[in-house]
Amino acid sequence: MDLLIIFVSALLINNFVLSYFLGICPFLGVSNKLSSAVSMGMAVTFVMTITAVVTWPIYHLILAPYHLEFLEIVSFILVIASLVQFVEMFIRKTSEAIYDALGIYLPLITTNCAILGFALIAVLKNYTYIETIVFGVGAGLGFTLALVIMAGIREELDFADVPESLKGPGITLLVAGILALAFMGFAGLIK
Amino acid sequence: MDENKSYLYDFIKGLWKENPVLVQLLGMCPTLAVTNAVENAIAMSVAVVFVLTASAIIISLIRKLIPAQVRIASYIVVIATFVTMADRYLAAFYPAQSKALGPFIPLIVVNCIILGRMEAFASKNGVFRSILDALGMSFGFAIALLLMSSFREILGNGTWLNMRVLGSWWDNWMVMILPPGAFLTLGTIVGVSRFIQTKLKKA
Repeated sequence: MDLLIIFVSALLINNFVLSYFLGICPFLGVSNKLSSAVSMGMAVTFVMTITAVVTWPIYHLILAPYHLEFLEIVSFILVIASLVQFVEMFIRKTSEAIYDALGIYLPLITTNCAILGFALIAVLKNYTYIETIVFGVGAGLGFTLALVIMAGIREELDFADVPESLKGPGITLLVAGILALAFMGFAGLIK
Repeated sequence: MDENKSYLYDFIKGLWKENPVLVQLLGMCPTLAVTNAVENAIAMSVAVVFVLTASAIIISLIRKLIPAQVRIASYIVVIATFVTMADRYLAAFYPAQSKALGPFIPLIVVNCIILGRMEAFASKNGVFRSILDALGMSFGFAIALLLMSSFREILGNGTWLNMRVLGSWWDNWMVMILPPGAFLTLGTIVGVSRFIQTKLKKA
């Protein structure tokens, strides 16, 4: 039951993009086409799950027992950077189409604050190993959900008559605000 | 352009013309997350000024020693070191602020503004110019954060830096302090600043 609560809460209530403000750069950058939004979301979910699998043992089995908590930031970011490199190589070998679609954004997952933020939040919340992994999957899917909804709206927005100075990031942020309002409705789901 | 003028330009370009938040749209996550109160915005800005300037000094000093293939990793290690220092300092001396900012101080590591300036400027220029550039960019960031948080705190709570500015007749716009308010405020500010910049260009 606890696992379900963690999952739903990461997916909807404390959505990483719309409530924690993590991963805003890809949210604004990759959300103009539905297909690339889906593959970006999948890439982030995949990296986030592996991050959960790897960073929990690093923190709880290596850093904490030897009182090296202050190395948390440095070690997490290095692990995440090498993971992303691995995912990039994997996608390049297996699917040319996805690699072309994601282009520049894949290396940028390294500096995607959603991944590092997730690792840090999981430590702050003191989750067990299983809980951390469930939290990672939920947060990744929540990110995908927000990205895909946004991409759907922006494809329609192309036909709307938006004032010149609001075009691009301005209107995207305003739409995200309304989307965040809608997501606040989920807050009553879990007391 | 003579020497002095270009030094001055290194500094002031970050404030408005190439403002990292309003024009380049970098570092959006902290901009949205910590601007629910002016107090938090100031703490965040101070941390960014420190980290950006200190890393710019180190990177520009060792820029000729770093092999091109591993430069990003080296930048991240240098930045992470200074972020850890800022994080520990805040936790020790200002525990309340540290708690309010949550994971966003450690997240300065992956802030695109800092990595972007290292890649675009500090790795190609001398120490003095890199410091000017870093100061300009981080003050530009601070200006955007102060602007955002002032709007949000005044409209959402009727206060500015915990001082009452609007009378008791003011109905707090709770939504401005909550997450949606961040998106709405930033969207409006970005739109307005683009409008002003296109007007200035035409004039």
